[in-house]
Amino acid sequence: MTAIPLGVPRRLVEFTLDGQEARVPEGSTILDACRAAGKDVPTLCEGDTLTPKNACRVCVVDVEGARTLAPACSRRAEPGMVVRTDTERARHSRKVVLELLASSVDLSTTPSVAQWIKEYEAKPDRFGPDAARVDEEPRVDNDLYVRDYGKCILCYKCVDACGDQWQNSFAISVSGRGFDARISVEHDGPLTDSACVYCGNCIEVCPTGALSFKSEFDMRAAGTWDEERQTETTTVCAYCGVGCNLTLHVQDNEIVKVTSPHDNPVTHGNLCIKGRFGYQHVQNRD
Amino acid sequence: MRKRDRTPKTYTRLTHPLVRDSREEPFRRATWEEALDRTARGLTAARGAFGMFSCARATNEMNYVAQKFARVVMGTHNVDSCNRTCHAPSVAGLSAAFGSGGGTSSYEEIEHTDVIVMWGSNARFAHPIFFQHVLKGIRGGARMYAVDPRRTSTAEWAESWLGPNVGTDIPLAHAVGREIIHAGLANEAFIERATTGYDDYKALVEPWTLSLAEKVTGVPAAAIRDLAHAYARAERAQLCWTLGITEHHNGTDNVRALINLSLLTGHVGRYGSGLQPLRGQNNVQGGGDMGAIPNRLPGFQDVLDPEVRRKFETAWDTVVEPHHGLTLTEMFEAMDEGTLRAVYCIGENPAQSEADADQAVRRLRALDFLVVQDIFLTKTAELADVVLPATAGWAETEGTTTNSERRVQRVRRAVAPPGEAREDIDILCDLAARLGHDWKYADAEAVWNELRSLSPDHHGMTYARLEEHQGIQWPCPSTEDLEPTYLHGRLWSADPAARGRLAPFGIVRHDPPVDLTDEQYPIRLTTGRRLDSYNTGVQSGGYASPLRRGESVELCPEDAERYGVVVGEEVRVTSRRGSLLAPVWVDTALRPGLAFMSFHFPDEVDTNQLTIEANCPIAGTAEFKASAIRIEKVSASGPALR
Repeated sequence: MTAIPLGVPRRLVEFTLDGQEARVPEGSTILDACRAAGKDVPTLCEGDTLTPKNACRVCVVDVEGARTLAPACSRRAEPGMVVRTDTERARHSRKVVLELLASSVDLSTTPSVAQWIKEYEAKPDRFGPDAARVDEEPRVDNDLYVRDYGKCILCYKCVDACGDQWQNSFAISVSGRGFDARISVEHDGPLTDSACVYCGNCIEVCPTGALSFKSEFDMRAAGTWDEERQTETTTVCAYCGVGCNLTLHVQDNEIVKVTSPHDNPVTHGNLCIKGRFGYQHVQNRD
Repeated sequence: MRKRDRTPKTYTRLTHPLVRDSREEPFRRATWEEALDRTARGLTAARGAFGMFSCARATNEMNYVAQKFARVVMGTHNVDSCNRTCHAPSVAGLSAAFGSGGGTSSYEEIEHTDVIVMWGSNARFAHPIFFQHVLKGIRGGARMYAVDPRRTSTAEWAESWLGPNVGTDIPLAHAVGREIIHAGLANEAFIERATTGYDDYKALVEPWTLSLAEKVTGVPAAAIRDLAHAYARAERAQLCWTLGITEHHNGTDNVRALINLSLLTGHVGRYGSGLQPLRGQNNVQGGGDMGAIPNRLPGFQDVLDPEVRRKFETAWDTVVEPHHGLTLTEMFEAMDEGTLRAVYCIGENPAQSEADADQAVRRLRALDFLVVQDIFLTKTAELADVVLPATAGWAETEGTTTNSERRVQRVRRAVAPPGEAREDIDILCDLAARLGHDWKYADAEAVWNELRSLSPDHHGMTYARLEEHQGIQWPCPSTEDLEPTYLHGRLWSADPAARGRLAPFGIVRHDPPVDLTDEQYPIRLTTGRRLDSYNTGVQSGGYASPLRRGESVELCPEDAERYGVVVGEEVRVTSRRGSLLAPVWVDTALRPGLAFMSFHFPDEVDTNQLTIEANCPIAGTAEFKASAIRIEKVSASGPALR
């Protein structure tokens, strides 16, 4: 007979973070410790529901004795470690990463990035206007969501969410290598010819708005998208009996976007096509 | 070939009450005052012949008030919902075995189990987020077995797919049971301690050898043996099912046959080991929990228990009759007999969701009075005398719903309802007042707190705690503690008193589908859901799904060739009850002699004209999963008659 497994008890790891003593449960990352200590370390490719991919390098920190900077999102805290988040080297690295990303990708819909660019005095313009890597129109090939690869920083989060970490549909992958690498569906065709099941779990994790609800895309194009005026209310989906929690983003009494709390025990931030996009019926008002 | 319009009918919200003086007239707009007065008159006239169709889509609070309306205002237990057309057999089967109708384990447990059996369930399509938990389990090393006549997208993830002939679940389950017993893999200690009727069960399954089962079910003996050994040898195992088990004329028997396997192996009442019926509507679990069923009072408490009745009589200041009411199915039959003359239908669409839809419509038309309360003018609402515009439970009201793992979660108002639409509870209370019962509920929480005072299983779930824990699973008797995530741990107790009522094996026999296939109707039609659509499509038709391709009759490539039909070609599909035209789709998941349709587009192709109303005598669920049909090529020249 089995009781509820509590798992192996986790010991606390003690280490030094910016000169202060930090204590975190064994297995925690440096980023976890930073957040627990209230430090703002910028992140882009890190996702709270995903395994770290170490793709963006914007969260790097200085670990004493290490040859290279360490990504805080994936480096685990070890006893006795001495970590500094704010050294000249770490700040310079972040600054260059932000310059490279912001010069080659449209980060206009990436939350917090403008503030980081200011904070690290990054100057993306210094590479000139030719730095833009992907120069193409947003892909609007269905009524539910839009892919704007001009905003993609190749963080791989959508690939992981669509792949073996959550959805297991494998519609999204990386094609090409090196400078030619980009996110794509099979044969780079329209979504409607792919294995996509329109769960939108890639939108949920996309950090830059490269993937977005068509409703958001259209409202931004029309200049009516205004997050200040939006409310977020968490309720339960109206379809099957699984009981997924939905957070309805409402502007002017219209549902404009649906997300799910990442810490919810039912969904872990994931939804299916009906939960994510099947809300229109309540607002077919005339 | 005629081009078909792929855009389903979209419904727009009801914004004001509608009434009419006779069924021949069109509806006209009315004030709430007039609509409610008319409803009160209509219901008063039919006192003693009244039925309430409560809503498995609305909140617990609404269901509580709706069943209270039926029992206190109208003095009847005739209250039921669409649970009857889906999982009533699961509730009946689980209650018979364990005294409680809920699934015994939680989603999280399936990530920590060793063997997962998905029986008659295409969860990958019908319950996608539950299936993510299954996938976590599979990624963690669990082996999944899919049992389904169709080789579904769920089966793609299986270690092994067992494809029984439609309606042979009991022979298959019995053969698995027999193999477990003969291989010496039965959990004798658990059987001895926690169950009754084992000897009878042993005798019952003895004839079902692997070779006989192979003959009847079409599943290779080796595959049955493999499933039996994997399930019995697993340290932990989860047995999940959906409507492939319940939507049969003997659905409750099917459920009992599966429960038997858990009793035989001790795969119940432990973390990671349990039974999980996957519920089909957002609050079909909660509707039953709230007493919106004819044999249970709120908190799933038995109507026949005198002490329970006394408690409710005191709380409600009324007389609670000591007998069961009519199920949805029986209410429809009573319409024919003239003993049910008025119906208050909230948020249900039986004119399209019942098996043998033509018959359902005929019966609804024959009522003296029909009031429909909905967010849309559904096909059922079109038959009504009075239509009351309501709010959408999930986005426009406060309250709670209960999911498949018995988790009660908060529903919150995010948008304002259109026009004059009003909350279900307010409408019910206004009607109750007109009929002499003055109920005052300040808000949904007040209703919930009344329920908490009457239902021990919900007592500990205050709104504040529900918020704090992101939902709480019942039972939750204490306002301080939480219970384990699984039910029936008591069965493992060494103390006989703590063990409580032992779980009886179900002595159930194979009974093939009622609608037999023969020369005239050679094809077995089974039904189910598609990923992007839902039930009668009133809700899911409202958004632009790129996956939607309208309704079609799906055939295997061999049958398509045999009938000389191609994808998109319109064919005539005929059962013993009805006939319709539908385009062909070819699906390699099917096999010769097996066709598939959904019921998501009834305004386009009314699949339920074909299905048979052969009902489970215990739970009243119809055999949606097994009709006999024939496919006819429509001649290329001249338009086909609809």
